[in-house]
Amino acid sequence: MELSRRNFLNLAAGAGAASALAACGSSGPGTSSGGGSGSATYWYLTGQPGEGIRKNTVDRFNKANPDSKITGTAYQNDAYKTKIKTAIGAGQAPTVIWGWGGGGLKSYVEAGQVEDLTDWFGQNAAIKDRLFPSSFGPATINGKIYAMPAETVAPIVLFYNKEVFEKNGAQPPQSWGDIMNLVTLFNGKGIAPFSLGGQSRWTNMMWMEFLFDRIGGPELFQGVFEGKPNAWSAPGAKEALTELRKLIDANGFVKGFSSITADSNADQALLYRGKAAMMLHGTWTYGSMANDGGKFVKDGKLGWMNFPGVDGGKGDPTNTVGNPGQYYSISSKATAEQKETAKKFFKDAVLSTEEVKEWVDSGAVPVVNGTEATLGASKDAEFLNFVYGIASKAKTFGQSWDQALSPTAAEALLDNIAKFFQKSIGPDQFIANMNGTIGK
Amino acid sequence: MTTVAPPPLRVDRPTSSGGRSGGVAWMAVPALIMFLIFGVVPLVGVLALSFAQWDGIGEIKPAGLDAWQSVLSDPGLPHALWVTFLIMALSWLFQTPLSLLIGVFLAGHERYREWLAVLYFIPLLLSSAALAITFKALLDPNFGLGSGLGIEFLNQDWLGESKLAVGVVVFVVSWQFIPFHSLIYQGGVRQIPRAMYEAAQIDGAGRMRQFFSITLPQLKYTIITSSTLMVVGSLTFFDLIFVLTAGGPGDATRALALDMYQRGFMAGLMGPASVIAVILVLVGLGLALGLRRLGGRGDESQLEGA
Repeated sequence: MELSRRNFLNLAAGAGAASALAACGSSGPGTSSGGGSGSATYWYLTGQPGEGIRKNTVDRFNKANPDSKITGTAYQNDAYKTKIKTAIGAGQAPTVIWGWGGGGLKSYVEAGQVEDLTDWFGQNAAIKDRLFPSSFGPATINGKIYAMPAETVAPIVLFYNKEVFEKNGAQPPQSWGDIMNLVTLFNGKGIAPFSLGGQSRWTNMMWMEFLFDRIGGPELFQGVFEGKPNAWSAPGAKEALTELRKLIDANGFVKGFSSITADSNADQALLYRGKAAMMLHGTWTYGSMANDGGKFVKDGKLGWMNFPGVDGGKGDPTNTVGNPGQYYSISSKATAEQKETAKKFFKDAVLSTEEVKEWVDSGAVPVVNGTEATLGASKDAEFLNFVYGIASKAKTFGQSWDQALSPTAAEALLDNIAKFFQKSIGPDQFIANMNGTIGK
Repeated sequence: MTTVAPPPLRVDRPTSSGGRSGGVAWMAVPALIMFLIFGVVPLVGVLALSFAQWDGIGEIKPAGLDAWQSVLSDPGLPHALWVTFLIMALSWLFQTPLSLLIGVFLAGHERYREWLAVLYFIPLLLSSAALAITFKALLDPNFGLGSGLGIEFLNQDWLGESKLAVGVVVFVVSWQFIPFHSLIYQGGVRQIPRAMYEAAQIDGAGRMRQFFSITLPQLKYTIITSSTLMVVGSLTFFDLIFVLTAGGPGDATRALALDMYQRGFMAGLMGPASVIAVILVLVGLGLALGLRRLGGRGDESQLEGA
């Protein structure tokens, strides 16, 4: 296990090197020295095109500020989620903490590990006004802002393979009933109806998020988020789970989905290779499908739409869920110089004109106001306008459940979702299990 | 006598003997320090943590028996124990006979056998994580070996179906560790005195008879050593299962070590995770002691009549 070995080495090196380090007296806790005294560290995610854009932003900043450099390190998504928690707990956090806001950020705030940026945003109103107001929700804990919204808005949308649809005479689904009919149609033709990277678990969760929203309305999960007793058995929950179970029973998801990981992008490969007809996924996959899928995206074979409504459901079909942004926080354990460097980085480099352009070029919508012109001029204008439309017109933009909840509740949720998709628990058991985790 | 002995001798004796035993004790110090720092101290820390509440980030708060209560009343614990023991038992059953046979085969001194020994050793050089990634790719239901070569038998949902997933874990574990245990058996077989086989041949015993009456009984302690390594080692399988299935599908391959990781590092429940760690240590100690018992007191002769 990488983490423990790392800690082990740190410990071993720590004992011997403590005096040597003390003699140097250069770096604060958990920072690798290098560059000037104000040099800061920054951990972020791998995976193109995002990784390259993050790196370019760091490089631009370092070029402009040779005295206060930022050292960036990239980690894989699922590994990073654990790594960053461990590092923060051990006082080894990087200066700039890349995150998803919400429940995870709340746990850092409660432990006093991240800087309060409310005043900084007050002094730099221009920065705040430039960003989507909706993106500040997950950055705000108890009325204070602890993170800078960054990168792109990423709602979950329904992708489909136009070529596969045309060949089989299928139409994009307009309702839940259509979805179930398409499942029968595609299964009959030997094509998987939906691609799904089920081993990552949060991928399965996206299905539940939409069905809960469309059937029970956004207030259903809001109740869970607020920790209301028995919120999981509120009206609509059981219906949503029953519908989802029907989809699983009807082999709606690709064979072997529970051993496919999203980190490997194998779920996307199934869609662009025509082995699966549809895929419910974050808009960030557009960029990677354009990257990896050959001419699939370029030739206009990728279709997209918002998740359709469910007849008789309470949720508004314009609603969406996903990531309202990414969130950059500053470690409160960093030195004063490092914090200054980080703030300078936020101010000058993050979402700079160059970075915004790079995100748009990659097929994503940055969390910056007034980019319509840039989006319209892009080669991916059609998709970007669609995403911009969803993000700006959604009646409710729900944050991904596992990011909104505390880590403890999120893990219990993901665990039960995996079991639900594996059919080892049914709707009633799921509701009972989840009600037991409320308030944790 | 001592009173009569000349003074220089009296001075000499205690220092020299004291020096000698002191020298021996001193040699144990580095190992002891390592064991204290990396074995005992963390163990005590984990024990202390199991009576506390900690999310891995904030403050550590004492919580009495809360963590123990929550873990012991959780149906996830018996399940994780069951999975652990299932993988342990199956991989022992699969590995022992194969390692034994390969070990006996490789004990011969023919040139080709020595070459094969080198080849067999290769899997041990690979890291578990790399192995897991490789097998995961090979067994992928859509892009793996089965669909790639169009072999229907291989085209199963290997890691997505509970029973198959356990089987795959056992297979990959065995694939990795059989070479190691074969090596142990090879050494064991080579230590058996040739005279025993010669005597058996004179008595007219065939190969099978020789194997069951000489090789197998002579390997008793080797089998116990290898089994102890297998059984206790299987308690700590983590990397391989984590990469291969992440405990899934559902919780079908969530062994104790994985359960501990998920509680501690994913759910931020360090208290309950420490409880599992303590349970792991106790189970490991129990198994190691039990296996030693199986070996008897170790004072009976293995070479009677040889």
